[in-house]
Amino acid sequence: MTYLSKTLLLCAGMALAACANPDRFDNANTVDLNAPGANGMSGAAGDPTSPVYFQQTIGDRVLFAVDQSSLSSEAQATLDGQAQWLMTNSDYNAVIEGHADEQGTREYNLALGARRANAVHEYLVSKGVAANRLKVVSYGKERPIELCSNEACYAKNRRAVTVISAVPSS
Amino acid sequence: MMQNILTLLAALMLWVAPASAQDGPLRIEITEGVIEPLPFAAPDFVSDSATGAEYGRRIADVIAADLSGTGLFREIQPDAFISRVTSFSSPVQFADWKAINAQALITGAVSVDDAGKLVVRFRLYDVFAGQELGQGLQLVGTQDGWRRIAHKVADQVYSRITGEDPYFDSRVVFVAESGPKDQRAKRLAIMDYDGANVSYLTDSSSIVLAPRFSPNGDRVLYTSYETGFPRIYLLQVGTAQRRVLDTQEGTMSFAPRFGPDGRTVVYSLSRGGNTDLYRMDIDSGASTRLTNAPSIETAPSFSPDGSQIVFESDRSGSPQLYIMPAGGGEAQRISFGQGRYGTPVWSPRGDLIAFTKQSKGRFHIGVMRTDGSEERLLTASFLDEGPTWSPNGRVIMFTRETQGAQGSASLYTVDITGRNLRKVPTDTGASDPSWSPLQE
Repeated sequence: MTYLSKTLLLCAGMALAACANPDRFDNANTVDLNAPGANGMSGAAGDPTSPVYFQQTIGDRVLFAVDQSSLSSEAQATLDGQAQWLMTNSDYNAVIEGHADEQGTREYNLALGARRANAVHEYLVSKGVAANRLKVVSYGKERPIELCSNEACYAKNRRAVTVISAVPSS
Repeated sequence: MMQNILTLLAALMLWVAPASAQDGPLRIEITEGVIEPLPFAAPDFVSDSATGAEYGRRIADVIAADLSGTGLFREIQPDAFISRVTSFSSPVQFADWKAINAQALITGAVSVDDAGKLVVRFRLYDVFAGQELGQGLQLVGTQDGWRRIAHKVADQVYSRITGEDPYFDSRVVFVAESGPKDQRAKRLAIMDYDGANVSYLTDSSSIVLAPRFSPNGDRVLYTSYETGFPRIYLLQVGTAQRRVLDTQEGTMSFAPRFGPDGRTVVYSLSRGGNTDLYRMDIDSGASTRLTNAPSIETAPSFSPDGSQIVFESDRSGSPQLYIMPAGGGEAQRISFGQGRYGTPVWSPRGDLIAFTKQSKGRFHIGVMRTDGSEERLLTASFLDEGPTWSPNGRVIMFTRETQGAQGSASLYTVDITGRNLRKVPTDTGASDPSWSPLQE
């Protein structure tokens, strides 16, 4: 959980408590996430329609067990959020990248990454995202994000990442 | 009893092989018994000119490095020489070479002809028999190609003494790597088998993986992310011109390998998360599906006669090796040991299959017979993978990657008895080697 998402949750909580009467909102109890400086976050992060919000707040990735491509309940919860966001924000498409840790041959890991990306693809489609808005790609073990050679890093490298991109204007 | 005789024979071979040159013709039997390398002398090749003498020195060095690099030969350092070779045609002073126990002697001469070509002549002597082994040979080539001439001479020496097909005059296509693990830049590169004469075939703007030579070495198949998705490309080595082979939207293709006819490609295609094997006719582009299972099928490799394909599949629950007819059909599992097996590659001789094995957190390169028997692990490390065969089927080159954040990849060779592990010198990180056939 990033600092930003904690901040957002906190704000949400404050808003609810203060919000029996929406009219009581004014500058004093409004947190402007787009204001420069305060928490060092880019403006877009506070915009629920932005790819940064998707990446940081909803969560752009799900993790997998060794050799597996099945989705944990935690992964499914993240993907529920992704599906909802994608359906709300139809200006964006997504490429789902499947990755593997370095244990395993290059070829097998490419195939395993394809399985993982596809598991996410199928889940998002089952939740209502149009299949033609999604593409899948496997990187196998070519693009680790964590570099150490033990399980702490491997666990984060066994992932599928949903990368948001603007729909090309035609 | 049979076992005892075999053991005895092996022991005899071990004991007799190094000494045999004194009793019979100069000969190395390449068996597990050869552990005492055969001592040889390769004095600088003589020349009338300063230019020729410089080539003569370098050619002798490359010949010595080729032979020593096999682990079957040991170079006697020039400072031990009693005789000096000053003329190619003068009689050899066998007693002087015997005295320093040089069992084989290689002499040669270099001249530069009117067209600027190098003319190299050489002779191989069996010192203890006091006679020439095979006939003298003359090789002509460009000055730029002096290393090839040296490899050709070493190939002759190797073949005459071991009775095996040679492999020094060959090339390796591989992936040159640079940068940290999470942003590694990869480009296709080609070099001589010993790491010399590197040149690059692609830039590093997209990830490239696992190049594979065509049967005559004129083309290379590889996988590139040029389009954003892994796809198979065909590259002409001479011109570096390339074209994509498979462009089906919504699919990924990888792990290509040529068939022995040079026009058939077998590869993996992923669609909807499922990876199966296909074959394609390069000229027509027509493809056929070879497997149809929900499991992963990848890393296919043809038998040298083109009739069968060995590949990797996790249909049993973990990755194992299988063989099927080249047109598809029922597959036989051949790997049954503890662990996970991948990247099988059929030996050019047809008798063995090299593979990557993962067991108890370690990786190995191994070989087994084509029926899966006589499995033998040749290496062990944090990560060894992707074997490729020398043209004569005696040596295997592979990728070794070190662990941790600073981990990097290098190429190594090992012979099929598991001896003589050596690092191939490369300026950058290097992975995914593919060994060419012997050059013409």
